[in-house]
Amino acid sequence: MKVSASDWLLLSPELFLTAAGLLILSISAFFEKAKEEFLAFLTLLFTGITIGLVAFVSGYRGRGAPIFAGMFIVDNFAVFFKLLMLLSIVLTVLASIQFVGRAPYPAGDYYALLLFTGVGMLFMVSGNNLISIYVALELMALSSYILAGYFKLEIKSTEAALKYFVLGAFSSGVLLYGLSLVYGIAGRMGLPELAKLFESQAKSNLLSVGILLILAGLLFKIAAVPFHVWTPDVYEGSPTPVTAFFSVGPKLAAYAILARIFYVGFPKFHADWGLIIALVSAATMVFGNVAALLQTNVKRMLAYSSIAHAGYALMGVLGFRTEFGLWGILVYLLAYTFMNFGVFALVVFLETKGYAAESVADFNGLARRNMSAAVVMLVFLLSLAGIPPTAGFIGKYYLFTAAMKAGYAWLAVLAVLMSALSLFYYFRIAAAMFFSEAEGAPLKSSYALTAAVLICAAGTVVVGVAPQPFVEMLRACVIRTP
Amino acid sequence: MELMGIWIPILSIVTYIPLAGALAVVFFLPKERTGAIKTISTAIVLLDFVVSLPLWFLFERGREGYQFVEKASWIPSLGVDYHFGIDGISLLLILLTTLMGIIAVACSYTAISERQKEYYVLLLLLQTFMIGTFCSLDLFLFYVFWEVMLVPMYFLIGVWGSDRRLYAAIKFFLYTLAGSVLMLLGIIALYFYNTTGFLGYKGLQQPPTFSIEKLTAVAAGMPPELQIWLFFAFFFGFAIKVPMFPFHTWLPDAHTEAPTAGSVILAAILLKMGTYGFVRFSLPMFPDAINTPWVLGVVVTLSIVGIVYGAMVTLVQKDMKRLIAYSSVSHLGFVMLGVFALNMAGLQGGILQMVNHGISTGALFLLVGMIYERRHTRMISDYGGLARQMPIYATYFLIMALSSMGLPILNGFIGEFTILQGAFAKSFWWAFFAATGIVLGAAYLLWLYQRVFFGEITNPANASLPDLTAREQVTLLPLVALALWIGLYPKPMFDVLRLPSEKIVAAVGGRTVPSPALARQSPAAEKETSLSVGAARP
Repeated sequence: MKVSASDWLLLSPELFLTAAGLLILSISAFFEKAKEEFLAFLTLLFTGITIGLVAFVSGYRGRGAPIFAGMFIVDNFAVFFKLLMLLSIVLTVLASIQFVGRAPYPAGDYYALLLFTGVGMLFMVSGNNLISIYVALELMALSSYILAGYFKLEIKSTEAALKYFVLGAFSSGVLLYGLSLVYGIAGRMGLPELAKLFESQAKSNLLSVGILLILAGLLFKIAAVPFHVWTPDVYEGSPTPVTAFFSVGPKLAAYAILARIFYVGFPKFHADWGLIIALVSAATMVFGNVAALLQTNVKRMLAYSSIAHAGYALMGVLGFRTEFGLWGILVYLLAYTFMNFGVFALVVFLETKGYAAESVADFNGLARRNMSAAVVMLVFLLSLAGIPPTAGFIGKYYLFTAAMKAGYAWLAVLAVLMSALSLFYYFRIAAAMFFSEAEGAPLKSSYALTAAVLICAAGTVVVGVAPQPFVEMLRACVIRTP
Repeated sequence: MELMGIWIPILSIVTYIPLAGALAVVFFLPKERTGAIKTISTAIVLLDFVVSLPLWFLFERGREGYQFVEKASWIPSLGVDYHFGIDGISLLLILLTTLMGIIAVACSYTAISERQKEYYVLLLLLQTFMIGTFCSLDLFLFYVFWEVMLVPMYFLIGVWGSDRRLYAAIKFFLYTLAGSVLMLLGIIALYFYNTTGFLGYKGLQQPPTFSIEKLTAVAAGMPPELQIWLFFAFFFGFAIKVPMFPFHTWLPDAHTEAPTAGSVILAAILLKMGTYGFVRFSLPMFPDAINTPWVLGVVVTLSIVGIVYGAMVTLVQKDMKRLIAYSSVSHLGFVMLGVFALNMAGLQGGILQMVNHGISTGALFLLVGMIYERRHTRMISDYGGLARQMPIYATYFLIMALSSMGLPILNGFIGEFTILQGAFAKSFWWAFFAATGIVLGAAYLLWLYQRVFFGEITNPANASLPDLTAREQVTLLPLVALALWIGLYPKPMFDVLRLPSEKIVAAVGGRTVPSPALARQSPAAEKETSLSVGAARP
């Protein structure tokens, strides 16, 4: 295997982030609790440098070709996901500073784990080979299991970690079994090679089983019905900034490899199995939305809401053969990152103010106590419900378009109706914030959290009002298949 | 618009003055300074009205197509433009909106005492979104305004409404949203039919666009079965907004629970969005669908059921606001019947009746709001003999009730008469059922009037009610003046509506029945009319 210097250069963001994580882990022992904010600052700095490296690398000519003997590829698609994932880490750190600072656990490990999750995610989206993707996935997954249980003295947090680990390990097993079957038939692991092979080879039942198992493993990661059961418990039990992170970061990575594997590796797949994806998508959005209607716990409600959103995103997978499929998913994920993180950041805000942030009632009268927070939350909720002119509307618009174009008009009808229905539970929060007469002292947010919320709000509004530069940029990020 | 050689985007200015005002209030006025907030809000809506007036005078009656057009690229990747422009139909509705904006602000001075800053900001935002909807010539842009409009209305009902406001607010939002998302799919389907095709339909392979003019031509050329599908996709969006029977159940709740200004705007403007949608989109886009007998049958049957059922339910209401709300169902059924008569008289009458309904029902809601402020009850049985105590109030109420029931020399008569003319030309039975609606309308309004105003004052609480203040009269006077103007001399309205209506009637392929205004046209104009009919589809 020949590895040139440019290969190392192209992988520098991942390498740097690994080193940064190790550094934070090793120096954290020297910081007492009161000074841990410096570690958060370091994490932000390192993540910022990594973002710079990704940006630098994206300007590198000839980066489109696979590197490390085809193990990785740094195409536009990967660059987009890397930037968005690193942004999600920045947001998570900003949302965590006060939250983790108050908790009686050392923060150094927390930030280091966050960075390791990041490393896994970055490798995942660059993966161009089933093995490299799988190993990166495990790195991400193992770090995130620990993050879920980081508040180890709280039963719910431990329960979340255990559930996440058991079910996550099981799904990884399913995925790995599928990969092994595919390898058994094809004798190779590189995605482009697989595509080339299957183009000429007749379909076999064994291959179908293998692909189905891979699909099941990935659907688990994006929390699609019927592989969603872990989500509400994990989202509810994890420390809220971690929940916020789980709802965007690892999900982005899962969508990315789902797109990469099926778009590049099994391009013929979506033509054959469209109906399965369509049914999973329909079941996911119906179940997610209906279950969310019944929740009174905010974090569980948002967990079901993110399940419903996975159902919408699957419409983009259906549309892979059309112009709007992958493009739509990218636009949608950009919107989703901002709005979903924003909502969770507001939950973090209430929790740092001493609310359990368990029930919708915790939002009562927020408009009177902090009008800006209430308005920003409203923007996120509107965006999640897909009301224009927000990012969420643009994202959903693309996905509906993809479903229509792919010929699944019934699914699009179901999706728009479910999307309208979702307003009902999102606006329970809005009603609590604005209609309730509850009085109280004004609530002030910390600077870091305010920054995180403002980034999300700016993203939600700007992508919604002036989507042109973003959608055009994302069109260039669609993977080019030969 | 050109002014002294400088091009002025007047429609955008009219649209965004309230938005700019709302932002100014948000950022520069602390919420304690309620007096200043009221003054500034009033100044903004007045300014907006004044700026919108030139549209009426500069609008060229004899010119085909859209005027004051503004166009800029917005999302070129999708073919979405920022495209504004108006024809006679939108002109009338925009002027109605800017006028109603003033009245909505002015009627809230004393009625709203809590969270005033938020209230006026929301009213101003709503104003921008409504005007934007009427100005949009791009379907995507139209949809954006159409949807976002729901948000301020939701809060107006939910925060400042009466007892069951939460229920009414979310019901209003969900109903209208469910309809409009189906319309969104219709829009996407149109988009694909124009470009690369979908679901086995081969697209026209034209560059992507959401231009209403272009897509109208594209849609009219679609195969009939696809037209029927899309007609119903749009139908749900509009019919729920109108609201047509059986989608009307959100309306009584929303109207009853909303604060006065909310009810006025709902009745005067928001309901018109639905009928406007039918006139602007459904008719010219889906002529083959509409001329399919069963489709037309469904729409007309629902309209007639709405007229009669709405009127009958109105008769038994005990709550004044609810009564007027249900009367809207009946009146809007009338508008729909006129529009779907698919001839000049019916269409012009329908559009004029949209404006008329806005004036008279808006005024009735105002009047109910005024008495509610004094007595804090809307129950008819709590009143009686008010004419003695509040003669001025009684007079205004009588004028507006008569206008609403269609008495000659007032506006309602012109609209209803023209609609009946159009309906009669289509079918005797349409006109027959519509006429029963008029009779019932007279019944419920006169009975309401009798119970509230005549007789002795039976309830001691009413014995010392103060009559209308000067401010309250000022909010009512423009509506009375308009009602009289349209009732006595509707020609300017018909003049504005003639060309766009002819275009729509020609597009949908109906027969022309001259409306009264047309009958008085010069021979040259007659010739022009027949020419455009000659171009109509067989």
